[in-house]
Amino acid sequence: MGAGLESSTTNRSSMRNRLSSYWEPYSQVPWLGWLVSALIATLLEQLIGTPLARVLGLTKPPALFGLVIMLKEPGLIPSALVYVLLIYLVPIGLVARFGASLANKVAARLLDYPVVLSALVHIALLYATLHLWSGVSDYRLLVVKLTLIAVIVTLSLNVVNGYMGEFSCSHPGFMALGAYGASVFTVLLFVQDSRFGPPLLPLPLVLQHVLFPISLIVGGLVAALGALLVAIPSFRTRGDYLAIISLAFMFIVKSLFENLEFVGGPRGLGNQPDLATLPWVFFWTMACIWIINNFVRSILGKALNAVRDGEMAADAMTVNTRHTKMVAFLFAAFWAGVSGGLFAHVLRYINPGTFGIRKLAEVLAMVYLGGLNSVAGSVVGAVGFNLLSEALRPLEIFKWIIIPVLLIVLMVFRPTGLIAFTELDVGELLKPKVKPEEEVEYAAATR
Amino acid sequence: MPLLRVDSMTHYFGGLRAVHNYDLAIEPGQIRGLIGPNGAGKTTIFNLITGRYTPTEGKIVLEDREITGLQPHQIASLGLGRTFQNLRLWRHMNVLDHVKMAHYSKITYGLMGAFFGTPKRTREEAEIEDESYSLLELVGVSHLADQIVTNLPYGAQRRVELARALATQPKILFLDEPTAGMNPEELAQMMEIIRHVHAELELAIFLIEHRMKVVMDLCQVIQTLVFGEVIAEGNPDEIRNNPMVIDAYLGKEVEV
Repeated sequence: MGAGLESSTTNRSSMRNRLSSYWEPYSQVPWLGWLVSALIATLLEQLIGTPLARVLGLTKPPALFGLVIMLKEPGLIPSALVYVLLIYLVPIGLVARFGASLANKVAARLLDYPVVLSALVHIALLYATLHLWSGVSDYRLLVVKLTLIAVIVTLSLNVVNGYMGEFSCSHPGFMALGAYGASVFTVLLFVQDSRFGPPLLPLPLVLQHVLFPISLIVGGLVAALGALLVAIPSFRTRGDYLAIISLAFMFIVKSLFENLEFVGGPRGLGNQPDLATLPWVFFWTMACIWIINNFVRSILGKALNAVRDGEMAADAMTVNTRHTKMVAFLFAAFWAGVSGGLFAHVLRYINPGTFGIRKLAEVLAMVYLGGLNSVAGSVVGAVGFNLLSEALRPLEIFKWIIIPVLLIVLMVFRPTGLIAFTELDVGELLKPKVKPEEEVEYAAATR
Repeated sequence: MPLLRVDSMTHYFGGLRAVHNYDLAIEPGQIRGLIGPNGAGKTTIFNLITGRYTPTEGKIVLEDREITGLQPHQIASLGLGRTFQNLRLWRHMNVLDHVKMAHYSKITYGLMGAFFGTPKRTREEAEIEDESYSLLELVGVSHLADQIVTNLPYGAQRRVELARALATQPKILFLDEPTAGMNPEELAQMMEIIRHVHAELELAIFLIEHRMKVVMDLCQVIQTLVFGEVIAEGNPDEIRNNPMVIDAYLGKEVEV
């Protein structure tokens, strides 16, 4: 009996050892390597995706790694698995593993130049991958765009709920303000519309694209103005007050737009020009991650943590707590507004009902799933939640049972979320995992 | 010309008179003590001077400038640093960030610098980091710079709190029971650090303490507070032999 127990534990530990020894070569792969292998996999899909799907009995390449197919037509699960294995897992695994030393060298070489260059190369690779991958179907494109937008709104809510430690529920309201602000701006200026009349500024499409960021900034500023209205009464106190006031604010904004006839009332506002292209959405997401990450790593941003973990001490250490909270709240609302503006131009139709309690639940779920006080966590949370939500779409109403149950399980086992209380150091991400001189030793050691 | 002057300060919490007609004058470079039984109003006096509460009556002047009614962060940036009786460290932050945070009011790069990571911000934060390291060295915890504070032993946490208060570049440092809960060894180290800091940075120190040994050893002038009123003020010997102080601490002798 005792011997059996012992052998089972040694079995398990040897299994873990074996697993970690399989993973070991991959731990040497820098981000550059992963990005290149992802790009190669998407290229492969462009080339042989459709024929391979036909051979496997699928009508077209599975849209989201076969996740949707699994629930819709269980009979096709093996084909979908084989497809994912042949197109994504095997090529990515092979390229990442055998390209690792080259990728490490290139990553090291890139850091000889200013760090911006290396960052831009990584971002360009990521964009190219997303562009190719989403080019296969409109559905994928939509999922990518909505996921990127979710990243923005999750990050911005994390600034308030995670970094500042207040519980704000008004983010759907800020999104609505941004969505309507940006939509009115573009519809009024660029489009012939039954409600707003002829375009005030009939520009060629190219210039409309160039001026699109202005509309997003307008949306962001409208949202920040709304945030000011919440902040003034609620920041005199702490705790539950902000939660209640911000929840009320969300409902006020929703019913405001339901009753504003000139933006369509409950019927909603459509006819937005098709300006939210993947490059713009991607650009704004990257800008949001970069700016928010900069902010939360500066002393001014860390002052938020000081306010959260001890306002009295923060005051005594010269931190202007009121100013700090106000700035962070308006800043977060601005980004929620930007994401709302993008959202409106991706769907090209919005109605007040979109920005209700369900949106709030989604955004909160993404923040708490990913992890409080963490930029990386928010990205993971937003992407993970969106993929999960799309994958479970065939279950229709049961989706809204499974996702909350998953959240409950997560909260039991990891109460602060997947990646909480970490700092994202972009410089670290860009570094090679093994320095060239170390690599020689590493190769010698493994031989 | 005293560095800090408090004139007949009185404070009420509702109908309760917590502090009555309190006067104080701290000279540059002085170490002063404030003692008194529990509930005498010592910490209330700290909170009043540092701006946590606004006194009902009275006037507080720091170097010719009246600071009565200013916000705590304004008073702190004018040169009034403090520590807390029960450590108020930020539990998710590492040691270095604590000390860097206390440089908040000196930051000039502004929000745009914070958002876009301008070279000015990089430069300023690097300077602040250097200063923070030297303060951590001064109190002897520079080797713990990247630790999260909640993982540190109590004595080290106290030192971090001291370094943090010093980082606000105070002219006067308020220490609220700096040796509370320390074992004899930590106590001796803390007293050494306070002396060292006082000599090195040439600041005035105003401290609340319950341990007579600490107060008597460190302070040049001691005030005794009972029920919000100063009953005695003088050098350690005078306080030690003052019958009213002895009464307040040990009770009156009663003839049987």
